[in-house]
Amino acid sequence: MTRVRGRGIASVNYPTGMNLGGDPTQALIFCQPTGSFTVKLSSTDLGQGLKTVIGQIAAETLGVPLEGVIIDTGDTDSAPHCMGTFASRATHRVGNAVIMAAEEAKRALLEVAADEMEAAPQDLVVENGEVHVKGSPDRKLSVLDVALAAHFKYGRTISGRGIFLKPKGGVDPETGACDPDSTEAHATAVAEVEVDTETGEVTVLRLFGAYEVGRQVNPAMVEGQIVGGAVMGMGHALMETVFPYYPAQDHHTSSFGEYIVPTAMDAPQIETVVLEYPSSNGPYGVKGVGEMTANSPVPAIVNAIYDAVGVWVTDLPVTPEKVLRALEDKDRALSGS
Amino acid sequence: MKQLGIVGQSVKRRDGLGHVTGQTQYVDDVFYPGMLWLRMVRSPVARGAIRRIDTARAEALPGVVAIVSAGDVPNNWYTILGLIGVGPPDEPVLAHEEVMYQGEPICAVVAETEDIANEATSLVKLDIEELEPVLDVEYALNAEAPVIKKWGSNTFIYDGMNHRRLRFGDVDAALKQADFVVDGTYRLSPIEHVPLETHCCVVKPEPDGRLTVHTNTQALYFSMDNTAIILQCPSNQLRFLGGTVGGGFGGKVDVITEPVTCIAALKTRRPVKWRWTRREEFQNSSTRAGVKMEYRDGVMRDGRIIARKVRSLQDAGAYHRHSPYGAQKHMANVGGPYSIPNVWADVYCVYTNRQPSSAMRGFGVMEASFAIEVQMEKIARTIGMDSWELRMINAYRNGQMRPVRKVVEDAALVETLQAAAELAGHELPAHLRAMHSNDTGEQTGNHAYGGGGSRL
Amino acid sequence: MDTTTVTFTLNGTTTALAVSPLTTLRTALRENLHLSATKAGCSQGGCGSCTVLVDGEPTLSCLLPLALIEGQEVTTLEGLSTRGGLHPLQEAFYDRFAAQCGYCTPGMIMAAKALLDRNAQPTREEIREALVGNLCRCTGYLPILEAVEDAARRLSQ
Repeated sequence: MTRVRGRGIASVNYPTGMNLGGDPTQALIFCQPTGSFTVKLSSTDLGQGLKTVIGQIAAETLGVPLEGVIIDTGDTDSAPHCMGTFASRATHRVGNAVIMAAEEAKRALLEVAADEMEAAPQDLVVENGEVHVKGSPDRKLSVLDVALAAHFKYGRTISGRGIFLKPKGGVDPETGACDPDSTEAHATAVAEVEVDTETGEVTVLRLFGAYEVGRQVNPAMVEGQIVGGAVMGMGHALMETVFPYYPAQDHHTSSFGEYIVPTAMDAPQIETVVLEYPSSNGPYGVKGVGEMTANSPVPAIVNAIYDAVGVWVTDLPVTPEKVLRALEDKDRALSGS
Repeated sequence: MKQLGIVGQSVKRRDGLGHVTGQTQYVDDVFYPGMLWLRMVRSPVARGAIRRIDTARAEALPGVVAIVSAGDVPNNWYTILGLIGVGPPDEPVLAHEEVMYQGEPICAVVAETEDIANEATSLVKLDIEELEPVLDVEYALNAEAPVIKKWGSNTFIYDGMNHRRLRFGDVDAALKQADFVVDGTYRLSPIEHVPLETHCCVVKPEPDGRLTVHTNTQALYFSMDNTAIILQCPSNQLRFLGGTVGGGFGGKVDVITEPVTCIAALKTRRPVKWRWTRREEFQNSSTRAGVKMEYRDGVMRDGRIIARKVRSLQDAGAYHRHSPYGAQKHMANVGGPYSIPNVWADVYCVYTNRQPSSAMRGFGVMEASFAIEVQMEKIARTIGMDSWELRMINAYRNGQMRPVRKVVEDAALVETLQAAAELAGHELPAHLRAMHSNDTGEQTGNHAYGGGGSRL
Repeated sequence: MDTTTVTFTLNGTTTALAVSPLTTLRTALRENLHLSATKAGCSQGGCGSCTVLVDGEPTLSCLLPLALIEGQEVTTLEGLSTRGGLHPLQEAFYDRFAAQCGYCTPGMIMAAKALLDRNAQPTREEIREALVGNLCRCTGYLPILEAVEDAARRLSQ
């Protein structure tokens, strides 16, 4: 029994947004007389935490605490259009739409506050749920008081509308020239594997990754995408297939007993570092991250297998059977038979 | 970078407490009194002509309330990218003349309980004349293969051509000039998203004639607009509720449950639920495409990749779904994060008699990254250059031109390589540590390492 | 239709249900009793999202006929928090971002509870083994392992 270790790297880019654009999202924000802001969206949270990060972006832009923002999403009767959550577009597009709406709402808030405080709107800031004069923190009004005044005294609305659209571009049929994305995120993965040359099994011992995501809205959630993506990528590299003898339909998988996904016993040690180089057009510089994280580990693992045992297995998934056959072929070639 | 207050903090999830107490509501948790269950009858063969569908015994089973078949669908075409001009409509919501993949929906049984609906599906008699399926993408392109799509080709037609092409520079001349030519063939077989939550849709007919649709789609308006087209009703007759999805990964954007469940609700005038089984998720829901990619790279002795020629076949399965879009996105990304002056690619979106493929995490890009990065390793080993150095020499810089003729901006590949090396305890030589995404000269940087496919 | 009455203890309360004989524990919980924390991820015994405790043992409720647990004690996630407070496992999962989409979470927490009930100081390896039958597609498991370790620490205090 021989277990051989190897290391492989892979560096990738990933585009943000639907290919060629044409994927708008709208947001509406309104302030209740209680001073609480509601963000209306029809966007979906798949578990990556969109509702949370949008709350952060709205609160940051408005200048109110997180608890001062309600995120209401998922009803086409009461919220404007969003293209959907896919293509690493959500934080970027929804975030931008929310910032635009929040800025309009904030302008309306400051105009009412200006009248209440007898100051000029441009001299006022909103911080932590209070409106105060720049440089005179004692001259202040709570957002609640401004909202009450707006609704019941002045009869003015404090609300905002936002939209983000990268207009849909075309493709030159002869050259393929096009504008495919809003920005690009980047990642480099390093995989350490151990190959058992008797069974063909590949174990991922450690994964290292550097992820460049523009700006992290919520570092714990970015880490969530990194770790979750890494394990999904590992499954793709080593275990998963719907058709084990593709393109033949034989043994078309129908259950978890046949379709192998990583379990708690398979997750390797994962070490990460996140870099932030703000994009020119993302909300606070955000770039998408949700898909890239599952891509970079896959070739890193395949490259690590080559480093370990000198065979290229480039037909995914790299099952033990494929590793053993590749090793046999290599031995046969070396021995000249 | 501007200092921010709340953005940048690891605040707890808004829905975290709901998740850990089991109170987060998913579509499967929606319940209406009088709710019926829907189960689908599916094609047992990969390709065939439907001769007869006999539902009499199923209808007679006590507890069966309705059967929904092709004749009940007002506009029985389901081309989800029709709204962005992808056509022609190629997929029926419910099959009527032919079946194009094993598992294709034929008719639905709606019954008082899930068990009765299940039993009734086994009582539907299907008389299908089997035809020879096309299962391999290379064979599908072959002139001898049966043509399985009605427009006369087994490929999607992009602007009159059977592939999408990328032509940047003069790749054949560059390949002749290159010191090394490195070839690689890379394959993916289809994989599944496997979200823990299966597809689920509950539709309630409202007294005013509208339909309330609970769905775990990743795209509410997209699903609603496509459903309206199928139902031939104004979009505002539908109300789509959702926003909380138990895992998507690209697998819940195909509008695969809502139209039929709506029709069932309209037909029965009762709430209807369609919850996919795990078997259906594996065998019938969209997968990631199987792909075959052939790469030929021309490389100079000093490590510069000067030519890349790619032929890529994407297995769309039986129908469009999102594949024509995905193949196009793939074309746009075959250069990867590198500066390569001559790039040529032909990307085919090929149809086979297999469960359709569609979007999955990394759609179109994942497979390009896979091929590119293994190819990079092959190049490094072939020319005897350190793997890190090869990538850093060729990494694109801001201001350079990408093969799709877009100027690079927001580049940061070099920086991630440097950071990953440090994290992994790999010391890079000084000239690589000095590189950055805004440097303009050092594409051919002097290398500290000599030959040998060195271990990292 | 035949029915059978099954009496069992659910989250500390004696419960009697009249169900058709092969009704599973999961269906009884979700549809008869409207306790929806326990999830229907596969009905094949493959994913663990339906995990509940039966007499303290982690059990896949999707394949278990209710009739077979006559007289036994069933605990679901709904029975974990007491008087509105969170069990340390729930707190730890929340604090450690161990739930993303949340679908595997109830089953995962119940499996973890069964582990901590029998082994108050598990090693990471023991946690991995105890959770091997609970699939998660979102988190990559590492935050879940950290959350269980965290909960073990909290419980020992």
